[in-house]
Amino acid sequence: MEFYRSHVLVCGGTGCTSSGANKIVKVFEEELLKHGLNKEVQVVKTGCFGLCALGPIIIVYPEGSFYSLVQLEDVPEIVEEHLLKGRIVKRLLYAETIAEDNTIRSLNEVDFYKKQLRIVLRNCGVIDPENIDEYIALDGYKALGKVLTEMTREEVIDEIKRSGLRGRGGGGFPTGLKWQFTYNSQGDQKYVACNADEGDPGAFMDRSVLEGDPHALIEAMAIGGYAVGANKGFVYVRAEYPIAVKRLEIAIDQAREYGLLGENIFETGFDFDIEIRLGAGAFVCGEETALITSIEGNRGEPRPRPPFPAVKGLFGKPTVLNNVETYASIPQIILNGADWFASIGTEKSKGTKVFAVGGKINNTGLVEVPMGTTLREVIYEIGGGIPDGKKFKAAQTGGPSGGCIPNELIDTPIDFDSLTAIGSMMGSGGLIVMDEDNCMVDIAKFFLEFTVEESCGKCPPCRIGTKRMLEILDRITEGKGEAKDIQKLESLAETIKSAALCGLGQTAPNPVLSTLRYFRHEYEAHVNEKRCPAGTCKSLLQIVIDEVGCRGCTLCTKHCPVNAISGERKQMHIIDQEKCIKCGVCIDKCPFKAIVKR
Amino acid sequence: MKSLADLQAIREKTINQVNLRKDQEGYRIVVGMATCGIAAGARPVMMALVEEVQKRNLKDVAITQTGCIGVCRLEPIVEIYEPGGNKVTYVKMTPEKAVKVVIDHVANGTVVVEYTIGYHEEHNK
Repeated sequence: MEFYRSHVLVCGGTGCTSSGANKIVKVFEEELLKHGLNKEVQVVKTGCFGLCALGPIIIVYPEGSFYSLVQLEDVPEIVEEHLLKGRIVKRLLYAETIAEDNTIRSLNEVDFYKKQLRIVLRNCGVIDPENIDEYIALDGYKALGKVLTEMTREEVIDEIKRSGLRGRGGGGFPTGLKWQFTYNSQGDQKYVACNADEGDPGAFMDRSVLEGDPHALIEAMAIGGYAVGANKGFVYVRAEYPIAVKRLEIAIDQAREYGLLGENIFETGFDFDIEIRLGAGAFVCGEETALITSIEGNRGEPRPRPPFPAVKGLFGKPTVLNNVETYASIPQIILNGADWFASIGTEKSKGTKVFAVGGKINNTGLVEVPMGTTLREVIYEIGGGIPDGKKFKAAQTGGPSGGCIPNELIDTPIDFDSLTAIGSMMGSGGLIVMDEDNCMVDIAKFFLEFTVEESCGKCPPCRIGTKRMLEILDRITEGKGEAKDIQKLESLAETIKSAALCGLGQTAPNPVLSTLRYFRHEYEAHVNEKRCPAGTCKSLLQIVIDEVGCRGCTLCTKHCPVNAISGERKQMHIIDQEKCIKCGVCIDKCPFKAIVKR
Repeated sequence: MKSLADLQAIREKTINQVNLRKDQEGYRIVVGMATCGIAAGARPVMMALVEEVQKRNLKDVAITQTGCIGVCRLEPIVEIYEPGGNKVTYVKMTPEKAVKVVIDHVANGTVVVEYTIGYHEEHNK
């Protein structure tokens, strides 16, 4: 491999790619060629750095300069100033990396990264995911080599059990036990499968691992195959992740070429290969039995358990099925030992968890923290707090199956059991932050709309029940709620929870139940007073002009898209409530802050 | 690939490359690359440094540039930061001298005294 004195790492995750990272790579290469630097400076497209809010992101080594929000026009300047003349382009540096004495701080000292512990994401943003050599350089496939040459199958399973690793897809079932059950099952053929059908709105943890470090998944699945006695693996990934699918395909090809997949791996007689199956994007296919049915070529519908996949899974054979993030932890556990992994996290939740943090937060992006980190640390210290000085109201974890965590509980440690205890759940790692402007009834409605849309329709509690709940929520947000509606919601929710066939249905009422638990007063205000306290539900909202504040400047009339505002110059203006569509443009435009929501 | 040894060989070959992407602990070679440095021939010097470091497969070595150091008459200038924090400044460098500095100083820890700024100033009064 060529030696380059400087490396330009360009984030090639989906976030930065959509804001133009590919073009930036191209211009970089052109500019380097122009200055004759192409033999000294290497441009590498990596996986996600995590700080998606600041994309496109570029890091230049060996200086470690972290350039954020880089535009195409900035590239010639970086090449000429930094790479040719050695002068760091300070105006493009992420402000947090400039210390008070004007020197440049290491990335590890920046608030966003300081509290993070990157085990699953350790290679994301460091290596070129399309180059197997770089993965191998950072101890890649060493764990597979160790397992095949030094450990028995029982020892591997025991190591995973002792590490305390629990499923990262949301369920939190102990991974070692799952492997043990599959190992114990009798069968002429067994399978290893990976659930990469990440479907929670706003979640992209698994996508980032696939995009940034696909070999970690391949290595872990091979380890799993050896442990449970399977020689065939399937990755079920959604077709909406084109970059992830492409990189995984490249990685599988490279692994085959190197003999790390295929027959007689490391001359130990162990055979293993992986196939990719693309999902069409149905949320229910993230449920394990539906996923298995879909891989088999049937319509993605769940089936009752037991039998569990460990006994009767793919094509009726014993199958171990784990999520991407779970697999990505495995090579590190093998290399560093179960005790090391178990020393991280809390008593019952070991290791780290990746969260996709979004919503009303400054540092939107991907973070990995030790289990037991509090929500406050994630939101305020890593996430940089709420924009525009607004007040934090609640955080939603676990997506459409999870629940919300109110401000009073912001110091709850994030682990499987603490979150379940307060009526939410860990989920796969989506974390949506809401501020004072978010209406909790509206949030519950949003998630329920999602589950109604995604219900596969096989069982009536989910198919009919969630639909009825949504109708009630629609009524409430339109100001047509009746006194008994809240009670009806609760009784429907309990029925669906206990009677639905699969995890999707059983957890679908959670967003309603948890918002009812912590924000019941908001529901009551909607029903009893026909009022939306957060000012979100349009039907319950009036935009009015305050007679004291209004100077009659006519600015609002010019901007109103539906001509609902009338009034003479220097006279008080009035909004016609019949015509008003509550878009709020007038509120933003009024120089005297005389227009308010009521 | 057939064996663990093959895997290890790939790791050895690539690790230097990837190691550049973390905080460095070894030698840091800094070349003055302002207009004065480039005019005096800093680019061939830098290329020679890069080639020699690669040829000798030296671990944990970073090569970077800096702007004008201030003594333009002595360019091209190369500064070597040792792992302990010591700094040695070499002046009036050429590609040939650069190769010797990499071999003697960076690889073997012996400062090439006759190229240093102190020696040069002492003998060119």
